[in-house]
Amino acid sequence: MAKKSYSFYPGCSSQKAASASNYMVSVDSMCKTLDIELNEIPDWNCCSASIGYAGGGELPRLALSARNMAISEKEHPDQDIVATCAACWLATKETQERLHDDDNLMAETNQALAEAGLKVEGNQKIRHMVEVLIEDFGYEEMGKHVKKPLDGLKIAGYVGCQTNRPFGIDGESYENPKYLDKLVETMGAEPIENYDKKVSCCGGALAFSEPEKSQALIKDIIESAYDGGADMIVTPCPVCQMNVEVYQDHINQKYKTKFKMPVVYYSTLMSVAYGGSGKEAGLDGQIIKAKQLEEIASK
Amino acid sequence: MTDANQQMVEQYRNNFLREVEDNVEEGEWVKMCMQCGVCSGSCPLGPHWDHPPQELFMMIRAGKRDEVLQSSSMWMCTSCYNCIVRCPRELPITHIMHGLAHYAMRLGIAPKEQPTNKFANLFWKNLSKTGRVNELKLGLSLYFMNGIGEGIKTSLKMQKIGLGMLMTKRLTPMELIGGHKCKGAGDLKKILKKAEELEAARIPVAGK
Repeated sequence: MAKKSYSFYPGCSSQKAASASNYMVSVDSMCKTLDIELNEIPDWNCCSASIGYAGGGELPRLALSARNMAISEKEHPDQDIVATCAACWLATKETQERLHDDDNLMAETNQALAEAGLKVEGNQKIRHMVEVLIEDFGYEEMGKHVKKPLDGLKIAGYVGCQTNRPFGIDGESYENPKYLDKLVETMGAEPIENYDKKVSCCGGALAFSEPEKSQALIKDIIESAYDGGADMIVTPCPVCQMNVEVYQDHINQKYKTKFKMPVVYYSTLMSVAYGGSGKEAGLDGQIIKAKQLEEIASK
Repeated sequence: MTDANQQMVEQYRNNFLREVEDNVEEGEWVKMCMQCGVCSGSCPLGPHWDHPPQELFMMIRAGKRDEVLQSSSMWMCTSCYNCIVRCPRELPITHIMHGLAHYAMRLGIAPKEQPTNKFANLFWKNLSKTGRVNELKLGLSLYFMNGIGEGIKTSLKMQKIGLGMLMTKRLTPMELIGGHKCKGAGDLKKILKKAEELEAARIPVAGK
């Protein structure tokens, strides 16, 4: 396949030494194999995720994503915008929808952007990396590049919320989307069946402000993965990854559990299956080490 | 009572539904709710809401202004979007909850000690300063948002997680001095200032 190029919105957590920097490392490795060129939107800013709403009113929040869209239109006019972060994707897509639905908001947003000499039309397609993989490549093409099938691994595909709702991946259901399971299968691993917390919420940003309530949700997500016999959890979302991985000690203390479940990204699996080293797959970014993937990567 | 709040009370008198329709993000959808309760049953933090969304919608129609705007309920929204995709009337419930929360904050009558209110405000301040989130400063401001004593306690509790993030290079102490930012942070501030002005011309803000 010929090289494919996209206008890339990495988002705050993907930056160097930020909480999802390991995601970015594995995405880079995956893209190298698939010959995907990610052209970063120059000087992009935060999208305010789903938690900026207290301080930021509707228009200021729309203006944030609109600035990114405006720069993208100018710098990478013929490319789709691609985000790897669920919240970045969602906020940008929502902004596009809102601006197109409401002429006044569009006019006011452009009035605000004009302060920095920018203008937005918002006609570029806004896509999550997973959409790119499924729609522009497909499972068969993704499978062709597998050098080290992840044989014998049982993996819980934790889709979570924001890559699934409200937009989701075309052709998938909200209640039981199959794409992550299919991706796991394509990499030679086995998706666990009937993972009943597949689309449950991890608490999102409320893991910070309401830790106990959120950890109760996270506990169920991990427990259900163990019940299905999973060796690890895979997710397409940086917030899900962090929430489900880093609080396991606290959960163990509170609930007397013995969780030690690695939580990786789809791109981690793909990088390893494509023959990447542990470093290329970002495995050194795991707080709970994914030992089985390390073994495959070092073979 | 703040000036902005008083102004709205006087302007709308007993018509709280109209007030919400005019001033709350996606508020024009509230009247479409048919009280089926699917949203409330679908919410991951449902049991923790004083008034789940379905109830809030009816309270808005019933003119229970203070009970709604001073409630901690909508601050329980995790933005999971379950309610949105399941609502048979397709109300953008998540956005209405964010809109109600923001509106209450804007009028200066949201519950001040509500932790998500505090955190969400810290998040906005953090990102609008440099254009990008500074995760370390955000984390520290979160731990210390209830004062020094509790801050030290929380920091100790979070020590191991922080260490794990440092060891895996998913956190850097460099964020304390400078750190990630937009080169055009000045431009972004101008954009945000203009957007805030335009919005304030339509909807009042407490203290301004």
